[in-house]
Amino acid sequence: MATRIDVSGLTAYYGKFKAVSDIHFSIEPKSVTAFIGPSGCGKSTVLRTLNRMHEVLPAARVEGRVLLDGEDLYGPGVDPVNVRRAVGMVFQRPNPFPTMSIYDNVVAGLRLNGVRKKSLLDERVEESLRGANLWEEVKDRLGRPGAGLSGGQQQRLCIARAIAVEPQVLLMDEPCSALDPISTLAIEDLISKLKSSYTIVIVTHNMQQAARVSDTTAFFTLDRTGDPGRLVEMDRTEKIFSNPTEKRTEEYITGRFG
Amino acid sequence: MSSEPDGPRKGSSRNDTTVAAAKSASSSDGARVKPADALFKNLTRSAGLGLLALIAAIAAFLVLEATDALSANTGNFLTTTEWFPNGSPPVFGVAALLFGTLLTAVIAMVIAVPVAVGIALFITVYAPRRLATPLAFVVDLLAAVPSVIFGLWGLIVLVPRMEGVQKFLTDYFGWIPLFATDNGVVGRSIFVASVVLAIMILPIVAALSREVFLQVPTAHREAALALGATRWEMIRTAVLPYGRPGVISASMLGLGRAMGETIAVALVLPASFDISWQVLSPAGNTIAANVANGFAEANDVGRGALIASGLVLFVVTMIVNMIARAIIARRREFSGAAA
Amino acid sequence: MSTSTATVAAAPGGLNLVGRQLPRAAFPAIGAGAVAVTVVLYVLAPITSRIQFVLIAGALYLIGQTVASIAVEGSRRATDRGVTTLVYLAFLLAVIPLVAVLASVISKGAQRVDVDFLTHSMRNIGARDAGGGIYHALIGTLEQIALASLFAVPFSLLVAIYLVEYGRGRISRTISFFVDVLTGLPSVIAGLFILAFYILALERKPTGFAGALALTILMIPVVVRSAEEMLKLVPNDLREASYALGVSRWRTIVKVVIPTALPGIITGVMLAVARVAGETAPLLLTIFGTDSINFNPFSGPQSALPLYIYSQAGQPQQVAIDRAWGAALTLIVLVMLLNAAARLVARLTRVR
Repeated sequence: MATRIDVSGLTAYYGKFKAVSDIHFSIEPKSVTAFIGPSGCGKSTVLRTLNRMHEVLPAARVEGRVLLDGEDLYGPGVDPVNVRRAVGMVFQRPNPFPTMSIYDNVVAGLRLNGVRKKSLLDERVEESLRGANLWEEVKDRLGRPGAGLSGGQQQRLCIARAIAVEPQVLLMDEPCSALDPISTLAIEDLISKLKSSYTIVIVTHNMQQAARVSDTTAFFTLDRTGDPGRLVEMDRTEKIFSNPTEKRTEEYITGRFG
Repeated sequence: MSSEPDGPRKGSSRNDTTVAAAKSASSSDGARVKPADALFKNLTRSAGLGLLALIAAIAAFLVLEATDALSANTGNFLTTTEWFPNGSPPVFGVAALLFGTLLTAVIAMVIAVPVAVGIALFITVYAPRRLATPLAFVVDLLAAVPSVIFGLWGLIVLVPRMEGVQKFLTDYFGWIPLFATDNGVVGRSIFVASVVLAIMILPIVAALSREVFLQVPTAHREAALALGATRWEMIRTAVLPYGRPGVISASMLGLGRAMGETIAVALVLPASFDISWQVLSPAGNTIAANVANGFAEANDVGRGALIASGLVLFVVTMIVNMIARAIIARRREFSGAAA
Repeated sequence: MSTSTATVAAAPGGLNLVGRQLPRAAFPAIGAGAVAVTVVLYVLAPITSRIQFVLIAGALYLIGQTVASIAVEGSRRATDRGVTTLVYLAFLLAVIPLVAVLASVISKGAQRVDVDFLTHSMRNIGARDAGGGIYHALIGTLEQIALASLFAVPFSLLVAIYLVEYGRGRISRTISFFVDVLTGLPSVIAGLFILAFYILALERKPTGFAGALALTILMIPVVVRSAEEMLKLVPNDLREASYALGVSRWRTIVKVVIPTALPGIITGVMLAVARVAGETAPLLLTIFGTDSINFNPFSGPQSALPLYIYSQAGQPQQVAIDRAWGAALTLIVLVMLLNAAARLVARLTRVR
């Protein structure tokens, strides 16, 4: 069920400010792709264009094409609601719905899609929580508030919530930046496991993390503050971290700038 | 645009604790407090205690000045509907007035709350950001219009224009007891007064609801959208559950405000003293409006009677307000414990 | 990323990203239909008011749109559209009375307000006479709100300082609670209290001063709450920096904390003044009103703008109603100026 992504001529704006300019890349199904780059280079912006979450922000807009198995997300008549159902997202800070229990958090997306049958919901809750490596920790307290879990658990709950609707693609926007090292490790393990079912795109500040979890790495940068971000190079992760083609990439990964 | 999972409320409570910590740290070396410091502290403290004394005085003097009239009363103050405090012997009771007060306020709330929530959603979710601030300002302007002007407008402009709506309601929905009238006669009714009150409490309820909706972290709204929620579904899953206690308490505060409103109601309603559910008929009165209407011709007993009725209003509004505050306080505890 | 993948995706088993949508033209069409049906109803049945026309047309549009949307787009979209329409209608419903009130006050008031109206009292003007003005009421209102501010502001500021800087434990919680009680106090009760306490128990005559006392009670909670908020916003580092320099606590509050919070406090005070400037009920019970000019708020009855509007509006003659509109325009201008000034102070200091 995983899907390939082809991006061409992508430019994203916040009002008059051009955040990223003319991006082209392709992502293979069932792979993990990491977006790295200095702050403000537009890697999160690009990520958010992949499920049309960019336009949720005021005055934000997108030009160019994002093809999901050949279908343009920005084509005429495309409903962003359908796009987001197909492309799930996990955010920087864990954001379970505070008024809902663990159970209700996991099935929130299913309920929106009209699934009401208790047995089906139960089944999917266990499946998703197992998928997110959280089942054993919470199976006895599914009725408790999701906000009562630890940060790492909350983030895995959010992953469970995202995969419960069985998306094609899973986007992760710095999913570990608010977590401690042990929780980070748990999430990274989970990513390698989810790779077998989903196309995963992850934005990270942490180059070790990119090296550990991803198959492909894309390096973004910006020339000066105020300039739009651009994609410098995208290649197999081993190559990016051992022998990058571009000088800018090498400078960045060796810590000489950024 | 805080992406914190817990709202700014928690942030402020955290701030409180640090302030408290700083306070206890500085008062632990209290032995070296200078006289000027102590003096200043006592000055502020006596102002605070003065405020308590003020409330006590309000209750005490209302009771004190009501007792003479109440003992002269030949009717039961709580169950009598008539209001003849200036007669001999005086007969008066607060029953019809209290009924009118509650009925107008509740109808006003029923009309105002859905509209106010709609306005709050419009400003926080639907309107483009560039429009949101001026629109919020427009609603705040509504709050700044003095009540006597709403009364004047209600009496001169709205009453004649509501004639058709009221006639329509009683002609087609007269079979509902609430909308029944004697011979289809409508006019300066409880319903029109409630509409004026609804317009007056609208900005308050809308402003408070807007505040709580704004506190819904962007992260929750985005979480819902990223799951494939439509805008309404995002509101239902992320905004409304988070904001519900705030909206309820805002409605209660609006209810309290509507019950205490005096001049607008006094101008719109004809002062009558019977308990009737016919909200479209030209009849009705409230405690506050009766004070304004009856004060000019009141003698000593009459003034005492009005003060006694005011005491009832004081108690009722205080109960409503306390319920509203309790809801806010409980919500605060809940979000504090959950985080 | 070529055409080959595109053709694959077009095959069955695609992602269904395209939702079926109503064409844009459908919405004006539904709207026109709703208005047309309302017009037909208007002809057939006696619909007498514009309010009714708008309500019926709005309801018909909502029904039409929902039915069309369910048929084409499914119930989720239909609900979303329905709620969007309702929210827009709600906003419209709120704007209509505001515009109506302001339009009435401005159009009717402007006919009456002139220099003569602003500079003459109602002395020797009978209810049926066309002349007269609001000078005495304007004087009364300005003096009463000035006195009320004089009493309420220092007191409220002290209470706020106690609550923020010193208050903790039960006393402070109790005070805070009763500030809330005062916030919810109906204005007429403040008037009844001054009536009971000052006029009946102390056997004083009604004066502008008595009215100012009632307004003071109404101002206190508003000023306390806003000052409290502003004092809380002052960063704790600032206080600690001052203590570290050996400055005593009270001087820190007076010299550092209050100046920092001052613009916000001024804004709060101005909003409170704007609020009490329009209060009628407490004044009705405490200043009694007069037709003559009385500059002395400590002796003899005074008038006030809101009270003037109330008494003129209650009379049957058109000339009295006209005077009420004129006074209403003056009062609204006064209140809006205070509001604008308060916002200006807030904005100027925020940019800093």
